[in-house]
Amino acid sequence: MADKPVKGEKRFFVTGNEVVAWAALAANAEIMYGYPITPQNEVMHYWTRLAPKYGRRFLQTEDEISAGFTTVGGVLSGARAFTATAGPGNTLMQESMSMAEMMQIPTVVVVQQRGGPSTGTVIYSQQEVTMTCFGGNGEGFRVVYSTGSHQELYDYVIKAFNTAWKYRIPTFVLGDGYQAKIRESLIMYDPEERGIQMVPTEKIVGASGVPGVDREPKHLRNTYNTEEELYKVVGDLAKHYWQVAPEIEEYEEFDCADAETVIVAHGVVTRAAQGAVKELREQGKKVGHFRPITLRPFPKKAMEKAIQKAKEILVVESAEGQLAKIVKAEIYGSDIPITGYFRPGMGITAEEIVEYILNKG
Amino acid sequence: MALAPNMPKSWRAETKPHKFCPGCGHGLVLKALGECIDELNIQDRVVFGCDIGCSLLSWDFFNVDSIQTHHGRTTPVLTGVKRARPDRICIAYMGDGGGYAIGSQHLVNAASRNEKITVILVNNCVYGMTGGQMAPTTLPGMKTETSPYGRDVELTGNPTRGPEMVAAITPPSAYVARGTVANLRQLKKMIKKALETQMNGTGFSFVEALSLCPTNWRTNAKETWGFVEKEMSQFFKVGEIKVPESKEGK
Repeated sequence: MADKPVKGEKRFFVTGNEVVAWAALAANAEIMYGYPITPQNEVMHYWTRLAPKYGRRFLQTEDEISAGFTTVGGVLSGARAFTATAGPGNTLMQESMSMAEMMQIPTVVVVQQRGGPSTGTVIYSQQEVTMTCFGGNGEGFRVVYSTGSHQELYDYVIKAFNTAWKYRIPTFVLGDGYQAKIRESLIMYDPEERGIQMVPTEKIVGASGVPGVDREPKHLRNTYNTEEELYKVVGDLAKHYWQVAPEIEEYEEFDCADAETVIVAHGVVTRAAQGAVKELREQGKKVGHFRPITLRPFPKKAMEKAIQKAKEILVVESAEGQLAKIVKAEIYGSDIPITGYFRPGMGITAEEIVEYILNKG
Repeated sequence: MALAPNMPKSWRAETKPHKFCPGCGHGLVLKALGECIDELNIQDRVVFGCDIGCSLLSWDFFNVDSIQTHHGRTTPVLTGVKRARPDRICIAYMGDGGGYAIGSQHLVNAASRNEKITVILVNNCVYGMTGGQMAPTTLPGMKTETSPYGRDVELTGNPTRGPEMVAAITPPSAYVARGTVANLRQLKKMIKKALETQMNGTGFSFVEALSLCPTNWRTNAKETWGFVEKEMSQFFKVGEIKVPESKEGK
């Protein structure tokens, strides 16, 4: 059996789904549970080809409800486990992820967004933001990384396992169909060689010893009898979440210091926004771009700083205002007008953003 | 001096008396299971999962690691544990609603894949925790909160015969049986064989236990036993349905 899947640093020119499989291997993920849905299928295809060579496992389940819950079981048993899904599959996984939120189960889910509502398209969108951040009957105690390139897919899949296990918060890598299917170059590396220590996993159930004799049994519960009991549990979850949130929050900003117009965009649309800023700056316009990498927890303080000189905020996204809704809630109290360039389920280019900004006057 | 009741070693004394209604069958099934865990000496290897519905009240029942899951989702959670940690003995404990209605796709597919887990399903013909609605196993003509004039099989179909269904889709290496709390010695033997099937790694194991719900049946003690021993046992045949072929025979 081969030892390490990735040694040293190597440049690859591959699809994003292949990147996800390699990143999970490099992160020492032990098992993937999955169910076919486009556009994430090739994550499973590469995983099932590569995993046996490195002693890793795979289970194809009967649906995404099961893929989510088997992932929960695998993680509880101490495995670095993950799944990947999209669209209606993401909908079905919300049940298990609300259990993960409640019981602090460090699951990792890669979402390759497709068009919606419903089965929509199999191509691309940013319409799974609300669901991935706040889905299920929960409070959004999740970490959601929105990636914008193949390099980031690789980096953040590795990071997702560490965030999940370090903080015991279910963690999502939010990609999309473009990132899933397009080939792009990136550097793959062995995390250890870069000084990235994988956070050790723990046998949350099934540790050694006789429960009740050598140690206390683990009695993991998600149903409570009284309002007070639940209030205490959710209060503790909230306290933990907000305490660690500042350590988790990530963002990028481009030319925001003197920007009168700040474009807010996430995921792959950041590339169009960066291009638009460059073009508009060349035309002498004071435009900047703020990009949340973590959509949950949202980098609120960084955003407030980035819009200090702004006269307007323009949210650009391939959805009908899902990011905009988050932005409005996060910067409540600011009197800067917020408008949106919304293209649900459609790709957005730099030229389109430039044209939109110039035409709206 | 009052005699303490004889509890299985794997039970957690601190959580007894248990939380089930007076006359409920869960305590009996869990006693049989506890004795099997003791006799097989597997307390340190068991991962126990309970469903939602009355079965959730077993979340702190044993001195074994236990996971309370969602309604119908105990089968995939325990499948996930077993796939990641094949050395664990995984027991998924649920009611008839969890196994045959909301979680039926998980039961069917776990059985089809011959997952090396043990599913123990308690059949009391009714949704207990939610207040006595019609279940997949409600008998023809039986009155429940959502079949107040009696279950009409023309409208709602026939009761699910779970073990027969599971036996039809599992390979010969699986174990499938239907026991009853009215014959605890036999039920215990079945649960033990089911666990041994998992320990031998041959296949899926499934035991349905006919059980009691005087609270929702609105029956007194005599009527309760009469219902399980006569009406239920008449429709749901008690016995072993599939026993793994001996290795020597192959």
